[in-house]
Amino acid sequence: MRSLRRLLPFLIPYRRVVLASLLALLALTAVDLVLPLILRQVIDRGLAGSSTRFLLLSAGAILGLGVAHALLAFGQRYASEWVSHRVSFDLRNRLFDHIQHLSFTFHDHTQSGQLISRCIEDVRSIQSFTGQGVIELVQVILLLVGVVTILFVEDPGLAPIALAPMVPLVWITTRFGRRVSGLFLAVDNALGELSARLQENVSGVQVVRAFAREAHEIERFDRTNRSLYTARLTVLGAWARIMPTSNLLVILGTILVLWFGGQRVLQGEMTVGELVAFNSYLLLLANPATQLPWLVDVAGEAAAGLQRTAEILDRLPEIRSPEDAIELPRLRGLVEFRNASFHYQGEKAHALRDIDLVVEPNQVVALIGPTGSGKSSLVHLIPRFYDVTQGAVLVDGLDVRRLELTSLRRQIGIVLQTSLLFSASMHDNIAFGSPGATLEEVQAAARVAQADDFIRAMPQGYDTQVGERGVTLSGGQRQRVAIARALLMNPRILILDDSTASVDMETERLIQRALASLMEGRTTFVIAQRLSTVRRADLILVMDDGRIVERGTHAALLHQGGLYRQIYDLQLRDQERLTDELAGLASQEVPGGRERADEFDQPG
Amino acid sequence: MTQAATIPHSDDLPAKGYDPHVARGMLAFMRPYRRPILISLVLMLAGSAASVAGPYLVKVALDSGLAAGSKQVLARTAVLYLVAALVQWAAIYLRVRLMARVGTSIIYDLRARLFGHLQELSLNFYSRYSVGRVITRVINDVGVLREFITWALLAVVRDLFTLVGIVAAMLAMNVRLTLLAFLVLPLMGLVTVIFRLQSQRNYRAVREAISWVNSVLAENINAVRVVQAFSRQKHNYERFRDEVNRNNLVTNLRAARLSSMFFPSIDLLASLAMALVVWLGGAAVLGERITPGVLVAFVLYIERFFEPIRDLSRRYDAFQATMAGGERILALLQAEPEVIDPPQAVEMPPLRGQVDFDGVWYHYPDDERPVLEDVSLRVSAGETVALVGRTGAGKSTLVRLVARMHDPTAGRILIDGVDIRSVRQQSLRSQMGIVLQDPFLFAGSVRENIRFGRLGASDGEIEAAAQAVGAHEFILRLRAGYDSPVEEGGVILSVGQRQLISFARALLADPRILILDEATSSVDTQTEQLIQRALARLLRGRTAFVIAHRLSTVVHADRIVVLEGGRIIEQGAHAELLARRGLYHRLYTSGFEDALTP
Repeated sequence: MRSLRRLLPFLIPYRRVVLASLLALLALTAVDLVLPLILRQVIDRGLAGSSTRFLLLSAGAILGLGVAHALLAFGQRYASEWVSHRVSFDLRNRLFDHIQHLSFTFHDHTQSGQLISRCIEDVRSIQSFTGQGVIELVQVILLLVGVVTILFVEDPGLAPIALAPMVPLVWITTRFGRRVSGLFLAVDNALGELSARLQENVSGVQVVRAFAREAHEIERFDRTNRSLYTARLTVLGAWARIMPTSNLLVILGTILVLWFGGQRVLQGEMTVGELVAFNSYLLLLANPATQLPWLVDVAGEAAAGLQRTAEILDRLPEIRSPEDAIELPRLRGLVEFRNASFHYQGEKAHALRDIDLVVEPNQVVALIGPTGSGKSSLVHLIPRFYDVTQGAVLVDGLDVRRLELTSLRRQIGIVLQTSLLFSASMHDNIAFGSPGATLEEVQAAARVAQADDFIRAMPQGYDTQVGERGVTLSGGQRQRVAIARALLMNPRILILDDSTASVDMETERLIQRALASLMEGRTTFVIAQRLSTVRRADLILVMDDGRIVERGTHAALLHQGGLYRQIYDLQLRDQERLTDELAGLASQEVPGGRERADEFDQPG
Repeated sequence: MTQAATIPHSDDLPAKGYDPHVARGMLAFMRPYRRPILISLVLMLAGSAASVAGPYLVKVALDSGLAAGSKQVLARTAVLYLVAALVQWAAIYLRVRLMARVGTSIIYDLRARLFGHLQELSLNFYSRYSVGRVITRVINDVGVLREFITWALLAVVRDLFTLVGIVAAMLAMNVRLTLLAFLVLPLMGLVTVIFRLQSQRNYRAVREAISWVNSVLAENINAVRVVQAFSRQKHNYERFRDEVNRNNLVTNLRAARLSSMFFPSIDLLASLAMALVVWLGGAAVLGERITPGVLVAFVLYIERFFEPIRDLSRRYDAFQATMAGGERILALLQAEPEVIDPPQAVEMPPLRGQVDFDGVWYHYPDDERPVLEDVSLRVSAGETVALVGRTGAGKSTLVRLVARMHDPTAGRILIDGVDIRSVRQQSLRSQMGIVLQDPFLFAGSVRENIRFGRLGASDGEIEAAAQAVGAHEFILRLRAGYDSPVEEGGVILSVGQRQLISFARALLADPRILILDEATSSVDTQTEQLIQRALARLLRGRTAFVIAHRLSTVVHADRIVVLEGGRIIEQGAHAELLARRGLYHRLYTSGFEDALTP
């Protein structure tokens, strides 16, 4: 419940509206209190005094009050709704922006579904409490204080007796309030787990079918479903106890008044009228008392929501521009690693150890090595997706940690193996890194990336929407769009993942051509899978277990007879053998192929 | 830029406010619980009776107790009042518990049914129905239903009872005055109809707005690494704030304005009715046609009459949401599985592994164009067949038919001479191993993921399988070795590492027929080399279908089958096919042109 305080900063900009809503509420209460007075007058005076005129006046007054009530009620409701939606608007904006800035390490350790549910569900529960909930809470508290004061003024002797049941009521309600956030948290967690199970099952449907594991999956789902059932019943059980109890305690107050007050009436110390009046004031507590647990419940959900959103908002992005950041001028493209080591947060093993490396501008560096040897980790340090845990990474002689982050990343182009596109037009997807680009520039980039043809063949060309509600692109098409995207940025440093997964040979050839033009005149790091790429590199880094174990050109490394030679013998030569075989077959179609292959074969 | 330029219109919205078909479907879910629901209704009536008794007892205490000066009567009424209060407490407590159990049980059943149903639906269903939509159905729509059953169902019944009761009481007292008061009802009807239409529209708009927010958020969070790599944070934030989130704000405020207007206008009509009754009814009292008591009672009843109406209107949104959710849940439950076991299905006996395609045709249900045309192929037990062809040639469809993930639209597939449609799917698939291009791992440890292949496998067998595919070493280097969690937020695995784990899983299953669907394409060349060796051992003695783009994977096959446009156009060994200079030759020469011309 304490986390409700975190709502205040969001309410402050709208304090005037909150206040206005509260005043409207007070006026509304006043208006509503006048109505019974008029009715009493009608009965006592109008009917007894036999005046039609008075009746007409009263009817007019009732209608007038009705209009006032309607206006005030509308104003009050709308004002509080307005505030609640403004607050959730602001909160969602904050969350969105904050999540975008949190570093890779945070996202590595956080489930995306959790983040989405914070921004949608938690903000929703905060919204339903803000506004109307806050106002009603204030109203209930004011009413409670007011009634208690009146009771003490009316009859200081009877008041403590009448209010005695309120003590357990307050105690129960606060205890409920403390418990309920925890119970809701349990329900939310169970629900989260249930959706995770479901999501996994649906995403992995082919695997489930392939291994005929449906029964096993149903059993797993049932376990979670059952724990959700239990958690939900626990919350509702707490509700079932508190809901009638608050009502009972108010009635208990009336009974006590009736018993003790009645005895005083019988002794002639009090009139019946006084007793009735006292009791009717006490009954004013009935509504707020039954409302209180509900409000506490809504507040509890909001508090849980605020707590969870705060967990995100309080996280500072670990990687951000320093105070005195240097705006990076146009890069030449010199990249250095000085004794750089790195391990992922929470992992015991080092991903990179003691990397020392100097890459001259416009050099092409190929990284090769087994899965998990640190190739990706190494290239991810250059755009500062992660920070080194020891040593330094420098571009043009400047430590990347001293640079303004945007000015660094804008000059680094990245094409990853799985190319993520966004639900937007083809044009916007290509201009993703360079929002101001014209259609001509976009088309030029697409042409070089071998993507222009298939984009033009689409129904709306460059305006065609991609994604869930638009066209679906094949893996090879996506990759070429990603290449165009990187080209358009005209980066000085380029990071490529060369593995062209799951495309047929023709497409692969197109992609290889596009990559070749992309690499021209830039410092390039390429995680290499293909012989052609490795051979083309100015420098080959052979990585194993987080270290650079060999470095040099293709010829030199072959000569050395180390790990590279081993990899070459194991598989690259296999590719080469086939290349030769094909070259023989295709010599008419690809003139000069044989010579190239010979030259390539020479050191072995 | 990260979001569609227009608001996505969702097909997940209710067609109409009330649909008798949906209502019947919803009632069917509640049928098993009609007893507790009925008991709750009785409890509700008992509770109401007890609460009505309260004021009456106070009156008795005042009139007969205090006025008559009898302490005895006072004591007796106080005790009676206490009893009534306790009855009321118990009635509410039991009712809420009962209905909570009913509501929660219904959704437990419903979710279990939905999940079970999802396990039977065919893959074609999943290609049309996104993960997000399935989750919305099973989580959100069912949740809305629970809320309605637990809280609203009985309240609606009670409100209707109250309304009828009040009208009856008023009519019994004075018909003319009742009609007078109800002069405002046509007005109220009008207001309600307008409100309902508007509110339906707003409900849609609000749902659409939040689903837009949801999808843009999801996209941004899932692609946060790309966003950061291209420094798009500022731009994306502005678009989110000024378009998507602003649209959500504006839509919600419009809906809030309407709903804020509705209750005050109902209240205003109540005041109008009261004014009418006071004015004309008062005149009637003066003319001595009715007693002042009747007038007072009327005024009180009018106040009470509008309370259930307000309550019903408040529940209208919940009702709408429930109808919409119910419609979608029913639609999902009524989706028919494409592949079903015939009633007389038998267990597949242990396989030898001979597979025959006999004039097989296939087209997807929503597309008449055939994906496979008249494919006939005999694969002997123990043979390794590589399937080669351009994207969309029908390779994946062909292997899926073997695992009976779809049924052929014409022709048949025989394994060991048995038509696979005549045996139980479970018994067929449990003897096959399938490794897909996208190595899917489940939340859980590495060990559990490998064990998925054979649930009874020991830790030793699991490690042996991992060792055989060359995954053992990297697994040991993970944070907690075989017990490292692999879900989102767990250890970070490369695509290649995930693929190795899925290989170990398939190996552990020890299948007679093995299907590799582009399984090696995401593995780096060195890892692939490891796998190739493991596979060579694995494939020995098993029938295998291998789809691959990499020449190195294809060349070792016993036979290469080349598909084009859903037909088999060439088959034979690697050297034969190259010599033939057909499509196979063309595919590979074009593929390696780059290797030849840097």
